[in-house]
Amino acid sequence: MAEATETYKVGQHPDLPPPRSEVGVIGWVKYNLLSTPFNVIMTLLAIWFLWSIIPPIFEWAVLDSVWTAESRKACWAKMEVPEGAACWAFIKDRIGLFIYGFYPADLRWRVNLSFVLMVLAIVSVLYENMPGRKFGLWYAVAFPFITGWLLVGGLGLTHVDTDQFGGIMLTFIIGITGISFSLPIGILLALGRRSKLPVIRVLCVLIIEFIRGVPLIALLFIASTMLNYFLPPGTAFDLLLRVLIMVTVFSSAYIAEVIRGGLQGIPNGQYEAADSLGLTYTKAHLLIILPQALKISIPGIVNTFIGLYKDTTLVLIIGMLDPLGVGRASLADAVWAGLAREVYIFVAVFFFICCFSMSRYSLWLEKRLSTEN
Amino acid sequence: MAVISETIPGTRNSLTRLWNNQQARSVIIQILTVAIVFALLALILRNVVNNLEAIGKEFSFKFLMYPAAYDITFSPFIEYTSRSTHLRAAVVGILNTLLVAVCGIVLATVMGFLMGILRLSKNWLINRLVYCFLEFTRNVPVLLHILFIHGIIVTQLRPPRQAMNFADSFFLSNRGFFIPQPVWEPIAWIIAVVFIVSVTFVFFFRRWAKKVQDETGRVYPVFWISAGVIVGATAVAFIATGMPLSWSIPELRGFNFKGGLAIKPEFIALWLALSYYTSCFIAEIVRAGILAVSYGQTEAAAALGLTRNRTLQLIVIPQAIRVIIPPLASQYLNLTKNSSLAIAIGYMDVVATVGGITLMQTGKEMETMIIVLLTYLVISMVISGFMNWFNKKTALVER
Repeated sequence: MAEATETYKVGQHPDLPPPRSEVGVIGWVKYNLLSTPFNVIMTLLAIWFLWSIIPPIFEWAVLDSVWTAESRKACWAKMEVPEGAACWAFIKDRIGLFIYGFYPADLRWRVNLSFVLMVLAIVSVLYENMPGRKFGLWYAVAFPFITGWLLVGGLGLTHVDTDQFGGIMLTFIIGITGISFSLPIGILLALGRRSKLPVIRVLCVLIIEFIRGVPLIALLFIASTMLNYFLPPGTAFDLLLRVLIMVTVFSSAYIAEVIRGGLQGIPNGQYEAADSLGLTYTKAHLLIILPQALKISIPGIVNTFIGLYKDTTLVLIIGMLDPLGVGRASLADAVWAGLAREVYIFVAVFFFICCFSMSRYSLWLEKRLSTEN
Repeated sequence: MAVISETIPGTRNSLTRLWNNQQARSVIIQILTVAIVFALLALILRNVVNNLEAIGKEFSFKFLMYPAAYDITFSPFIEYTSRSTHLRAAVVGILNTLLVAVCGIVLATVMGFLMGILRLSKNWLINRLVYCFLEFTRNVPVLLHILFIHGIIVTQLRPPRQAMNFADSFFLSNRGFFIPQPVWEPIAWIIAVVFIVSVTFVFFFRRWAKKVQDETGRVYPVFWISAGVIVGATAVAFIATGMPLSWSIPELRGFNFKGGLAIKPEFIALWLALSYYTSCFIAEIVRAGILAVSYGQTEAAAALGLTRNRTLQLIVIPQAIRVIIPPLASQYLNLTKNSSLAIAIGYMDVVATVGGITLMQTGKEMETMIIVLLTYLVISMVISGFMNWFNKKTALVER
């Protein structure tokens, strides 16, 4: 009590720390969880919800789960309550199928090598500070063709039919091809849509609006059933190639719209400045307009890429075996049937990891390229 | 530019001169483009004709009149049996697509706005909880959601005999959700007419009240009067016609329910999965839209003495709506197009009927795909047309 009676001259009172109830953990809880009666109820509800959902899921997926077993019955026999926990042994048993599809087992090193090459290509595109990045970029351009040769074979390697492709590998093939080819095509379509030449503009508008107006599954059906009618008689080409073309065309239309938004965000002064410097159309766009337009359309572009990546699952409807397709096929197997939850969760987690990292990268890139202070 | 290049004399030949003339160049490029496009189209058309001839098919829509000979288990709007024509099957498919699209849009909007507002909650726990749900759902393919929900309904729910029973009239089982169906007597058309008339009256009344308020400042309790007129008039008509309504309650007969309205598991799975998947995107749009209205607007409203509700209603929401509408429209389009994934779980939408079974049976790839594509193009055009109209209506009026 001695301090309380101490007197100070006016203006000499030392700064006191804020009351303990306003800062630190207590203050945080007070302001973020319990600020009003309504908030208290919401917090209690949320805690009750978490409490009733997390422990059972954790027990199901981790504590009680079975990792080694020969069949579903063996799996359930190992549990305290049959069907009461996850049977990850199923995923473990089929992991080869989930990754490689029906790719011949003795040739899987080629897929593994492609995965390594893919990681190298992705790293050299994404990290600017990598030593020798210029070489890395040329490599990234060559990468789809190198991998294509490696996976399909020919020229000294044993040929593998593309209908044996499947699983995660197929997702990567479709996703990466779609992403890397749809960006340049999308840019061209967007520029065409903003062209001053009416014929080109109308053509691009028609293409973009047609593709955006129909679902991908209809385009995939066209690819699988009637694309051959459009080609000279006797030419039949690979289903995977047709799917790749359709997926690329589909996402280019969306990319074009995103980039058109970016182009519209560039003030006219930039075009006029480029003109007054005497730059040609190509140079003005390559040096002045596109770098700025692409920068502001990054979030949209990445969202489109994520959408494309998720849409690769649609190929299961025309009979190709992506991870979801592999999962469905495995569920039809009498030894393991009935373990749908495990399959769906495994595939969902795979897609979540890929897509979530893409969206995080886009956030990081946006921040890094931002020129605002 | 054109003038300068033309006055340069001498060494260049006329072709390069033409190319350096901007106007001439643009004409040349356009003519070339048209030529290439038409050449391509002609080539494709020729290939199509040749290919069809080679396998002895002809391009015609006559098959639409033949019996379809397959069953569609879910046709809530029109009568359909396996003896109906392919045309009828197509119409059933289109109606089913529209049904799931409309229901999905409604539920997705409600859930999306709810989650978007929860995401803005100051309560950290709620905020994070919704965020986790949104991020997880958004980053997993919609097809997986559909298959997952369908799997849950088919494998986890009990068969009809042990169906979950709510008040002896709602039953949830692995054969679907069974609810009482309203059965109207023929005289009920009077009620419908009265309802429509009262809605029309309210429409004009609101316009009149707005005009009066603008001119004289007199405010009518518009909401209560409108609600009273619509509910009151309809209720009076209902009683006056002698309550021509009875309910058909689902009953367990043998292995399944009879009577009532059966909502098939395929429809429920597709509807729920599409709705909550799309609602996650809508939630982010709503959140961004509300955040886009600067806090100064709220403070200004408070300074004018508006209550919290009036601030939301008159200041924040009208401005947020402008930001929300365009991306919302594209989410609606996405939902409609994603409804084509119905085929994966056997919901008979237009892709599954015309583009699926009819195609397999008749081998008319070209014609069936044209029907499917046209259906989606028309739906897309209607939705984007409506949203453009709505957008124009709410857009900022600038001088």
